[in-house]
Amino acid sequence: MTEKTSATVAVTDDSFSDDVLSSSTPVLVDFWATWCGPCKMVAPVLEEIANDKAGSLKVAKIDVDANPATARDFQVVSIPTMILFKDGAPVKRIVGAKGKAALLRELADVV
Amino acid sequence: MSSSSSVHDVIIIGSGPAGYTAAVYAARAQLRPLVFEGTQFGGALMTTTEVENYPGFREGITGPELMDEMREQALRFGADLRMEDVDAVSLEGPVKSVTVGDETYQARAVILAMGAQARHLGVPGEDALIGMGVSTCATCDGFFFRDQDIAVVGGGDSAMEEATFLTRFARSVTLIHRREEFRASKIMLERARENEKIRFLTNTQVTSIEGDPKVTGVRLRNAVTGEESELAVTGVFVAIGHDPRSELVRGQVDLDSEGYVLTKGRTTSTSVDGVFAAGDLVDHTYRQAITAAGTGCSASIDAERWLAENASATTDDNTDLIGAQR
Repeated sequence: MTEKTSATVAVTDDSFSDDVLSSSTPVLVDFWATWCGPCKMVAPVLEEIANDKAGSLKVAKIDVDANPATARDFQVVSIPTMILFKDGAPVKRIVGAKGKAALLRELADVV
Repeated sequence: MSSSSSVHDVIIIGSGPAGYTAAVYAARAQLRPLVFEGTQFGGALMTTTEVENYPGFREGITGPELMDEMREQALRFGADLRMEDVDAVSLEGPVKSVTVGDETYQARAVILAMGAQARHLGVPGEDALIGMGVSTCATCDGFFFRDQDIAVVGGGDSAMEEATFLTRFARSVTLIHRREEFRASKIMLERARENEKIRFLTNTQVTSIEGDPKVTGVRLRNAVTGEESELAVTGVFVAIGHDPRSELVRGQVDLDSEGYVLTKGRTTSTSVDGVFAAGDLVDHTYRQAITAAGTGCSASIDAERWLAENASATTDDNTDLIGAQR
């Protein structure tokens, strides 16, 4: 929690196409906001996954408050929502804070 | 399966107000508590908006902020906090074990503070539409329902609080409650009643949630007349109460018929020696942040005294003379 160096990438509405849709590696995008308690729960887990899977999976975070367009495009109405993008398309959607083991299980068939 | 070599004085399972308060007290008593916060750390308050009745915060404080304060306070006194879920426990005997993934930790005393989990309606459409309009966290998701018509289901304080909070965003909030009378406190109920954006629908049950891929409405049945109807909403916030998270200890400590952990008299002692319980896991009466914190404190003091009284009796080859350091 006190970790300052981040293994995750912050993306925006503007950079979403370049950073996520055009990425050659799969990207797990975490839709979050500062007011969301469960988003705080899942943040350290995502940092760990980003470290563990460096090279095979990119973990991106998008603040829905500052970047509402992307959330709207992908019909996100609940946070945290994590969407896995592969070759520019959403392939998996995970809603709600989950532990590391549970998240990795959800991602297992894709990464 | 590996095992950590030392036997801790106390392991705390859970991280709401009960778990963190127990951690603060145990850490200050030099018990060096190991705390398994779980991946849902912070507990129920993490999805709560403003906490207005926690003494010491006269302007109120948000649930996540309050939990963050308690967490940092526990850290300050040296509590060892782990954001991991406990998979199994073995509570009998002088040395208890707690299993997390491939690791097993041992302790002479265990404080249970796993809290409660939000209840689901259990109606068709609910599970499939979670994250697509069905929500259990108004603070998280209210933002997405700006100028929309939504529903809150429930009749307690959380339902009133959520309905009132959601009027900041929504065009209208329909509060659906299966009975005529409310469990909510007077102040919360009055506040909701005075809010012109909130409409009350009592004696009404939700029979299904409709929509694909997103919520478009709910089907309702009047509990008195049996009459069925539909309500067009894009969001459904479920706030119908909580159930104790006692699965981990079922069969090992005594529970009541609803699954709450039973404690002895005015103490936090469970049916197993050296195992204490606090917070919403025990309490189906008050269920407040402050009562959870209060019993967390009691559990820590009970554990500390129990450890002192049983220090010589439980020291064996497995312990690393923790007692000698006090």
